[in-house]
Amino acid sequence: MIADILIIAFLAVGTFFNTLGIVGLLRFPDVYTRMHATTKMTTFGSVFTALAVIIYGGASWLGSMDTGYAILSIHTLIAAVALAFTNALGSHAIARGAHRSGIKPSPAVVDRLEEVQP
Amino acid sequence: MIAFCVTFLLVFCIYLLLTAGSGTIGFWSASELVAGAGLGIVVAGITRKFLCRSDNYRMANPLRLLLIPVYLLGPFLVEVTLANIDVAGRVITGRIRPGIIRVTSELKTDLGIFMLANSITLTPGTITVDIEEKGNDLFVHKINIMPGDEQKEAVPARELFSIADIPAWIRRIAE
Repeated sequence: MIADILIIAFLAVGTFFNTLGIVGLLRFPDVYTRMHATTKMTTFGSVFTALAVIIYGGASWLGSMDTGYAILSIHTLIAAVALAFTNALGSHAIARGAHRSGIKPSPAVVDRLEEVQP
Repeated sequence: MIAFCVTFLLVFCIYLLLTAGSGTIGFWSASELVAGAGLGIVVAGITRKFLCRSDNYRMANPLRLLLIPVYLLGPFLVEVTLANIDVAGRVITGRIRPGIIRVTSELKTDLGIFMLANSITLTPGTITVDIEEKGNDLFVHKINIMPGDEQKEAVPARELFSIADIPAWIRRIAE
């Protein structure tokens, strides 16, 4: 019962943040601000969706004592951790590559990196 | 020899995590334990020089390893949640003041800078664009720069986060 409520709540939060990430992709002006919306908010949403799966697996495992559900939970946990770590590295690589290839932040109040790099 | 043992233990633990629930010895079957140990020896023999490049084994201290999940689930999760709500509001209202600022950190080791840069990148609203290798300064793209910060030469890393003192936590873990 509590597990069902938690699953629905986590799925709702995850879908909400994923949707806002897509809206941000369409609304924001340049590549860096769009990355704020897409890479971060969708990761947060996906981690919450994964949390719902973990709770579903844990609750089913406690109910039936079938180890298959426990394995589902552990593997989803590993997937969520891997998602969070690779997301940080990937978005840093995209941002650095974009700035090096000459795409400047177009509405920007300040750009300290451009003063350092030729 | 220490490098070999550390790498072997890490590989073996990850293998056990991936194959949990396969049998009756604890959670594992005998064949999985043997396969994990064999793979661990092979992988540790090949890659021990990559994992333990700095010849400094302070990260093998269990207390520091225990602090990592505490940090990730405690102050870091709070910061990420607050920043997500903040950026969600900016997506809806469209009120942004983007720009790239220079951020000073007082961390000295490579691992500390790595953890700080990734923590900044994982927090919505801030992306680490580049790192100055000499002084360990970070260049951070921020979606909403506080009025006045664009005149400053550099901003301390503490001011990127709202409640928790993330650089102090990373110093406790990695240095």
